[in-house]
Amino acid sequence: MQANPWIAGMLAVTVCAGCAHRQGTAPALKAKAAGAAIVVVSGDKQLGFTGALLAQPLVVQVNDDQGNAVPGALVAVTGPRGVAVDPAQVLTDDSGQATIKVMSRGSSGRYEVTATSQDAHGKAFTLAVAEYAAGYQEEVGSEVNGKYCSRCHDPESTTEQVSNYDNLSVKPHSFASGDAYNKFSDADLANIIARGGPAMNRSAQMPPYGWTLNKAEIQAAIAYIRLVSDPPYAAPGVVYAKH
Amino acid sequence: MQTHKSGFISSIKAFVCDPFRMFGVVSLVLLLLLTIAPAKDYFSEWHGYQRQYLNIIRNRGDAITLRRHFEGGLHQIWIPQLGVVDRCETCHVGLTETSLADVKEQPFRAHPAMPHKLTEFGCVVCHRGQGGATTVNEAHHSEMAGEEPILPARYMESSCGQCHQGPLEGTPKLNRGRAMLSRYGCVSCHSISLPDGTKLEATDNPPPLTHIADKTTREWIYAWLKDPTSYSTSATMPNFALSDADASDISAFLIANSVPQPGDQVALPAQGHGPAADPAAGASLYGESFCASCHAAQNAAGNLVGGDLGPELTNVGTKVKPEWLLAWMRDPQKYDPATPMPQYRWTDAQLKVIAGYVQNKSNPDLLSNVHLQPATRAQIAHGKQLVTEYGCASCHEIRGVPKPDNFGPNLSRIGSKPVVQLVFLPDMEHSLPAYLTQKIREPRSFGSTFRMPRYNFTPSQVEAVTTALLSLTDRSYSLPLNLQVAAVRETKYQPAGQAGQIMTNLNCLSCHRINGHGGDMAPDLSWEGSSVQRPWLDEFLKNPNTLRPALIRRMPKFNLTDAERTTLTDYMMTVYQTSSFQRDEMPLTGYTPEQVEKGRQLFYSKYACQSCHMVNPNEDKGYIGPTLTKVGARLNAAWIFHYLKDPQAMRPGTIEPNQHMSDDDARALTAFLMAQKTGAGQGAK
Ligand code: HEC
Repeated sequence: MQANPWIAGMLAVTVCAGCAHRQGTAPALKAKAAGAAIVVVSGDKQLGFTGALLAQPLVVQVNDDQGNAVPGALVAVTGPRGVAVDPAQVLTDDSGQATIKVMSRGSSGRYEVTATSQDAHGKAFTLAVAEYAAGYQEEVGSEVNGKYCSRCHDPESTTEQVSNYDNLSVKPHSFASGDAYNKFSDADLANIIARGGPAMNRSAQMPPYGWTLNKAEIQAAIAYIRLVSDPPYAAPGVVYAKH
Repeated sequence: MQTHKSGFISSIKAFVCDPFRMFGVVSLVLLLLLTIAPAKDYFSEWHGYQRQYLNIIRNRGDAITLRRHFEGGLHQIWIPQLGVVDRCETCHVGLTETSLADVKEQPFRAHPAMPHKLTEFGCVVCHRGQGGATTVNEAHHSEMAGEEPILPARYMESSCGQCHQGPLEGTPKLNRGRAMLSRYGCVSCHSISLPDGTKLEATDNPPPLTHIADKTTREWIYAWLKDPTSYSTSATMPNFALSDADASDISAFLIANSVPQPGDQVALPAQGHGPAADPAAGASLYGESFCASCHAAQNAAGNLVGGDLGPELTNVGTKVKPEWLLAWMRDPQKYDPATPMPQYRWTDAQLKVIAGYVQNKSNPDLLSNVHLQPATRAQIAHGKQLVTEYGCASCHEIRGVPKPDNFGPNLSRIGSKPVVQLVFLPDMEHSLPAYLTQKIREPRSFGSTFRMPRYNFTPSQVEAVTTALLSLTDRSYSLPLNLQVAAVRETKYQPAGQAGQIMTNLNCLSCHRINGHGGDMAPDLSWEGSSVQRPWLDEFLKNPNTLRPALIRRMPKFNLTDAERTTLTDYMMTVYQTSSFQRDEMPLTGYTPEQVEKGRQLFYSKYACQSCHMVNPNEDKGYIGPTLTKVGARLNAAWIFHYLKDPQAMRPGTIEPNQHMSDDDARALTAFLMAQKTGAGQGAK
């Protein structure tokens, strides 16, 4: 009974997943300096395909209590299971920064990478950086967003794409604002995207997309909105029957 | 001992001879044998998963429904047409239960929404693996000959590409990867043909090297060969990891092999040698000519700004000789008949200004460390040998070196290459995707004798190319015909006659698409004659003002003569028409004030068009879409009406949402828009 082959199989799979998440094989580094805080320089909140290297590395900086960069501080980086970080331990460079490559998690969703360093008294301080792993659906959703939605919903302009946000008299929310979107059910989101603002008593400045996008693309857009929302979206709780 | 043994034998004898006892034992054995089958099932891996599943669903709100859907035992999808026998659902029990969306652990996750039915395609057509297997290990991880392991999810789009040979809305990564195979010239060395018989063609326009000594110096060629990205970070030419001596010999051969082209050495008359430099005038002509639509250059902040149709110009002055640059700018097709660059028709004075401005984009440090000794005959000969060995002529036209056939391995079925046939590096994951990724990222890591060069790809580019390669499978050749979705292939369309000559000379098709041929930077012109009014088109060609203030890529001004302009306008108005409606089926003027007013209301309230378009320049702000302040003098009424009814039918791929308008609404909006003739916001508030 104990040696059920399927339990053994699962164990093997788990152990395997563990090896993929290789970490800390390099000899331990020694800190040359100590700081007081870690801050993100760049590379946080990136959308990466599941199991793939993030396009930009994560760059963090160690500061002292005056806010000045500290070169030579030891930063240890860890991720949840299935996320690989390289290097797992690194000393900050001359500008007090450390650059870490992050390999996205294998299943879609938001995850956090943690960077830890120690102050002069050996007390650890940490920084949690959120990243997003996009599965196929979220990836398609992010394409839909880039082509159709972001011009209005994203206030940031780039040289390639100028934002239209400032020109709207009713302001839409950025898809990252969980406070606005987490209130909507999937069905309500699908409704407003397919039939436009007026379908939900809102402004016609939100156009209908139900005759331009197909159902799968609208579902994909919703999956994308759910993925990037901050605070994170929690699917409506499953109703558990009483025993 | 002896007695003991004989006692044992005799007791067996007695036993065998006694038919009753014999019968009892045999039936017991039989009974045991009969229980083995169910017991094996009970203790099997899949049965364990099914029990675990029942445990998971037991306490859920919808337990009763889920329990009713559940059927124990082995499950199988059998599709003889595709050779599919998939038992995956035996363990992946809740695959089609959408209410299990919150369950994250496998094998119980519900399948995300997908464009096909499970029962029509099964699992392995997309996911690979062994569908018939009933253990995880065999189903997912088999590497035996003829069997393939499961495909990691991030390459899943490759599976769509087995049937769909062209770009698909839902497969951005696959589309990107396929485009890269042509864009980076992979297909110049590796031939790739698709099941429908078409062959992928390169789109990277590598320049001919026949007259290269007119254009640049041996030192520049040397530095470029050593590392193309040191000259331009966006270089599409890969790095061949040449030794100093090899790069020196190749550069010597190319210079020695070059023949001069008449005209390339002629400087402009007056003011001595080389183009004059007037930075301010140069910058403004460079801007007006919209060079940046195709050419990128680094700005002061170090960011690359501009298009990638032509080469990056950040350091171009370090590369090109001033006389050649003048000749090129005067008539690029003379040097390279296949160039996408238009002939701008600049005057001599303009040529001087623009060439001087471009020549000044240089970085002398780039070549300051390159000191080459004059080459010996032997070195030049060695250079030629290297050029042949590295297959340079697969991409570039080189005098005396014929284009090799099938220089690299044919990749038409690379996506089905069995793992047993691959040679892996130590420490490398044993899978085809991992192998392809490594081959693309670090081709020489497999040995210094490999000739494949290294591209400077980002991780996501590597992943896209890998995805495209994985789509080239054996299965795509054995598909039933009704499942093969051919790509819309590029036509060979060329405009005809005198207008055709002007358009070829202007290279309109580098940016515009017409009748299935051409670029995608600018609007498709196939129906331009149905869309616009003649006076507007004529004026636009004279003085192209952009319709979209938010665009950085715009139509350049070409200094066309009046005769050229008339020829072009006539041709476009007559030839480029749609057959789906009559251009004059609705009038250009004469709409009633009531209609205009109704249209105005629809514009501002029901459809909120002002979010993206401007009609009244003082009130409206939207600028995603074209400005509509004078649209009544630009577009035909019938075009506006049909476009409003179905934007994607008139302009495939446009982001204008289809608003599912009634004919009445579309007619009223047309009336309102046709009233916008002078830019004063007629009828608008
Ligand atoms: C023309 C600009 C525009 C475009 C393009 C656009 N939206 Fe909107 N959207 C709006 C405006 C304005 C609102 C706010 C409406 C209101 O609150 O009355 C809005 C609201 C929404 C809402 C409701 C939540 C909120 O922010 O208030 C959702 C969901 C939404 N849009 C999704 C999308 C999706 C998905 C796309 C792309 C397919 C898209 N939008 C494209 C302008 C736009």
